[in-house]
Amino acid sequence: MAGTTHAVWTRKDLVGIADLTREEIEMVLDAAPQFGAVSQRASGIKKVPLLQGRLVVLWFHEPSTRTRSSFELAAKRLSADTLAVASSTSSSVKGETLHDTLANIEAMRADITVIRHSCAGAPHLLAGSHRSHIINAGDGRHEHPTQALLDCYTMRESVRRRTGNPDATLDGVKVAIVGDVEHSRVARSDIHALLKLGAKVTVCGPSTLVPRELERYGVGVTHRLKEALEDADVVYSLRIQLERQAKALFPSLREYIKLFRIDAESLRHAPDHAIVMHPGPINRDLELSTEVADGPRSVILQQVTNGVAVRMAVMHLLANSGGAAR
Amino acid sequence: MSLVIANGHVVDPASGLSETMDVLVADGRVREMGKSLRGDETLDARGLVVCPGLVDIQVHFREPGFESKETIATGSRAAARGGVTTVVTMANTNPPIDNAGLVELVTRRARETACIKVRPAACATKGMKGEELTEMAELKEAGAVAVTDDGRDIRSSAVMRRVLEYAGMVGLPYLAHCQDEDLSDGGTMHEGRHSMLMGVCGIPREAEEIRIDRNIRLAELAGAHIHIQHISTAGGVQIVRDAKRRGARVTAESAPHYWSLTAAAAMGFNTHAKMYPPLREEEDIAAIIAGFQDGTLDNIATDHAPHTRSEKDVEFQLAPFGIIGLETMLALTVTHLVRPGHITLEKAVALMTTGGAQVCSLEAGSLRVDGPADITVFDPEEQWTVTPADFGSKSANSPYLGTTLAGRVKHVFCDGRPVHTDKR
Amino acid sequence: MTPDKDMLAESTVLMDRDAIAATVRSLALAISDANPDIGALVLLGILRRGRPLADRLAALIGEYTGTTPPVGSLATTMYRDDVRTGAAVPQMKGETHFDFSVDDRTVLLVDDVLAAGRTIRAALDEVMDYGRPRRIQLACLVDRGGRELPIQADYLGYSIATGADEWVSVRLRETDDEDAVLLLREDRRAETND
Repeated sequence: MAGTTHAVWTRKDLVGIADLTREEIEMVLDAAPQFGAVSQRASGIKKVPLLQGRLVVLWFHEPSTRTRSSFELAAKRLSADTLAVASSTSSSVKGETLHDTLANIEAMRADITVIRHSCAGAPHLLAGSHRSHIINAGDGRHEHPTQALLDCYTMRESVRRRTGNPDATLDGVKVAIVGDVEHSRVARSDIHALLKLGAKVTVCGPSTLVPRELERYGVGVTHRLKEALEDADVVYSLRIQLERQAKALFPSLREYIKLFRIDAESLRHAPDHAIVMHPGPINRDLELSTEVADGPRSVILQQVTNGVAVRMAVMHLLANSGGAAR
Repeated sequence: MSLVIANGHVVDPASGLSETMDVLVADGRVREMGKSLRGDETLDARGLVVCPGLVDIQVHFREPGFESKETIATGSRAAARGGVTTVVTMANTNPPIDNAGLVELVTRRARETACIKVRPAACATKGMKGEELTEMAELKEAGAVAVTDDGRDIRSSAVMRRVLEYAGMVGLPYLAHCQDEDLSDGGTMHEGRHSMLMGVCGIPREAEEIRIDRNIRLAELAGAHIHIQHISTAGGVQIVRDAKRRGARVTAESAPHYWSLTAAAAMGFNTHAKMYPPLREEEDIAAIIAGFQDGTLDNIATDHAPHTRSEKDVEFQLAPFGIIGLETMLALTVTHLVRPGHITLEKAVALMTTGGAQVCSLEAGSLRVDGPADITVFDPEEQWTVTPADFGSKSANSPYLGTTLAGRVKHVFCDGRPVHTDKR
Repeated sequence: MTPDKDMLAESTVLMDRDAIAATVRSLALAISDANPDIGALVLLGILRRGRPLADRLAALIGEYTGTTPPVGSLATTMYRDDVRTGAAVPQMKGETHFDFSVDDRTVLLVDDVLAAGRTIRAALDEVMDYGRPRRIQLACLVDRGGRELPIQADYLGYSIATGADEWVSVRLRETDDEDAVLLLREDRRAETND
């Protein structure tokens, strides 16, 4: 039954999935439904007072509407005050260090700081020496932990629906991640989370965009889409970025589409029950066809809805568990 | 005023000496070496090793231009703490040392402020741009002991060839920083599973090895002496081995971090494990050790690269490359090479004295009667934990902080003057 | 609020199965009499044991009036006032769930034991976040005193003043395989489960 947990959250910050245990990941997934219910309330106020009087600062170095909005909405649904700090340049160029900017934010008595940054490791740099609870909303190519959590939550819900088993887990579930894995923090976090939850992961993309070292960790690596999709329960499509073409990472979008696009044609190789996911924003008809993105197998919109619930769960666990720094 | 350093285990690789004896120092020179010597003062060196002052041919003292990281004065203090009495300073200062006036600046500042011997290297190309040759003959006359564009490689093979030809004519060794900038572009650590986990762009071994090979072949074409700096890969060691076998005039070195740490040290985005070339993997450590054992590698040099705390306390990909190393060189050598039995103590001392001295034809690295009294006395057994208090450098960017090492420098003399005494 | 695990030195039976049944019946009668517009009545049982009590009340109200009011559950965990103290994340007893609107209705909160009153305060806040009831009332099986907030039950089964080392445990057949209300007295408090 959802919700009976005896585990206790002890972390001050959420900087990556790599450090989390399976139990900690499941704590978030198990807490998410009650927060999702808040947003589903038919009438009345879609809020609970769990973070009332607390300040959540959204510090986004890289522009991002969807992730930022998701965090902002999650904070507001918990009755927190929110503040967006825009900062488009990194430390050295601006002259102010990351530490100084965060210290200024904390002078405003921020309880939670959600940070997105183009440099891998930026949240790690801050987490150790600052008071507020740090949530990594994406650091360079390194990790995007809340994305992985909402992805796993979405996958788990789908498996539970499909099998009719309300306690089903992701053990043994086969996930195919397709696209530019090398440059994807979403892929890294998802791989960490899925492996910890017992799923079987295969990555597929051009050899120039898929790190071979993944095989060491028990992740299947293939450059043939058909092979990746063959027995996949989940097809996870990653965004392809045009700039990579300029850097000699693949010759043309045309060839990429031919070999790796998830569309009705390529999905024929996947089992009928396979769901299709994408972290957004989608390059329609590039890595994912419009038909599939809007089709019955796609759970992309659910990912977005689940994102708010999962982020509410994360903020509540971090701020209300009496963990570490005060 | 004479001093007898008594009953120490005297190791002098230049002469092959390794026995317990006394050393008598007076007027800045070694006067006598033998048994039961008498002098005005006595230093009891029982249980300690007495060797020539160490020689480190790759250090960055940052002066002129980057004095907040280090100065010639503070760098020399760092050297003294590490038992090093002669250093060759690199030329990538601001402005870079590419003319005789700047060489003279360094030697004058050293004379005025340094407690040990500082021998400058000068740039091989003007402004380190890799395009035009510097006036190497003038630089040598002004006191430069080597030419190098260290910090960078010379991109154009044609220019590198001419640099080597000209340096060969002038009689200066070229100290080669080997790096294919295209292949390493954007990279901040070794390309492997750690960089993959950290989501950080990596530098493959080939980025170093391709240029080690190219630079050696060009030196052979030019008939010049090339010295390969800071080798970090097994492949690099093999390339040097093959080149020596076919008679090339090549020497090579590696730095202590390359045989005591791997890329794993960077996990958690530790900027104190970020340097070029990057830390590699276990198999590279094994190959470097083998390189010391069979003579492929001639010396140990630290590539001592100070950076201020605020410069290193930034996002991993923005942090400057480099770590300090003078104060820990001897201890790392004892701990990771001698104690595990990979090389003898005598060999280790040679790598830290005659090895480097010979590369740059320096009058240093040996203990002989009438020679300069540059002497280091150390305890090969004493364990110590590295703290910032052990550093003489202005900077403390070391990955060894908090680690416990064996091998402690106790007394250091430069021209007979005590320049460092361990307080413990 | 009733402890789940009772490690007792001494216990006294305050109400046995028949006493509970009689009390619930009289509560249902009182509620029915006080609500002539029975169609506007909805019940929300406060988890865990408030829910089975609410189910029983609803069934009896249905017998007496011919109309069975709808029943839902209220978890109140997200409205607690001790969220910030850093106590362990409260164990979940289930989720708030009901299929009806609370707007313009008479909402009857049902709980087994009334003590400090903080759980009811949280329940009030939660219900108000779902809409605007016409009025809210409270039915409790036992009031054991120790109020920390100005809250009282509109329909009360049994009242007892407890000392510092005593408390009341309600056991219901739906959750504990028997019907009984016990007074417990001991040195070591059982693990509270609110």
